Amino acid sequence: MDALRRTLIKGAGATGAIAAAMAAGVLKPSQVLAAEYNRTAFEAKDVAGALKGVGAGSTTESKDIVIRAPDIAENGAVVPVDVVSNIPNTISLAVLVDKNPAPLTSAFDFANGAVAEMALRVKMGQTSMVEAIAKTSDGKYFIAKKEVKVTVGGCGG
Amino acid sequence: MADPMKIRAQMKGDSAEIRVLMSHPMETGQRKDNAGNVVPAHFIQSITVDVGGKRVIQGQTGPAISRNPVFGFKVKGAKAGDKVVINWVDNKGDKRTDEATIS
Repeated sequence: MDALRRTLIKGAGATGAIAAAMAAGVLKPSQVLAAEYNRTAFEAKDVAGALKGVGAGSTTESKDIVIRAPDIAENGAVVPVDVVSNIPNTISLAVLVDKNPAPLTSAFDFANGAVAEMALRVKMGQTSMVEAIAKTSDGKYFIAKKEVKVTVGGCGG
Repeated sequence: MADPMKIRAQMKGDSAEIRVLMSHPMETGQRKDNAGNVVPAHFIQSITVDVGGKRVIQGQTGPAISRNPVFGFKVKGAKAGDKVVINWVDNKGDKRTDEATIS
């Protein structure tokens, strides 16, 4: 019992040290490897929950985010999606599929010259809106949507 | 240990195009096998990309990424000969790191 208590205290001390190092600017968040998995966002059952999970309280619709995806996807298990943000200073992109059991598919941060652009392949359970969220360095969130019709779903089975 | 990734990194104009194919089942945890048992979730959760020793991309993924995930990225300021190091970690703690050189 006592040993466990010791461990807990030690653990708390270590976390505190990391927080202090971050505050002092020694460790920038981007340098801290193995960032905690954002379970809240990825397990959210609806778009609102997923957006909240990634920290996007309010979003502005933007035509400067381009989503390239097929209008009709024959196979919902593999739907190619390309997202490009032409909004200056975009530092993160996230892709959501509205009607999936958990809408958030992925979220990426860009730095050191990486262009705010990504290509990926997602699963879609049924016809749904595909949404792309872009975050800018001043903490604003922008959103664009595109509908993709699915003839054979990619979830369950 | 999972199979190696296939990484292609090529200069196109002033930026490097990086495409990576990862070998992973990406089980959602919702699918049932023929016997009706739920197949446990097994998917990549975290991905990092380093170019020339600098972290350029890091992200997290959920089970809605297709099996054997393919990702494409673009990095400005990279040059031919720079090393690209890509790493993933899945929800069971499996991980894989592979590298390629920009051509």
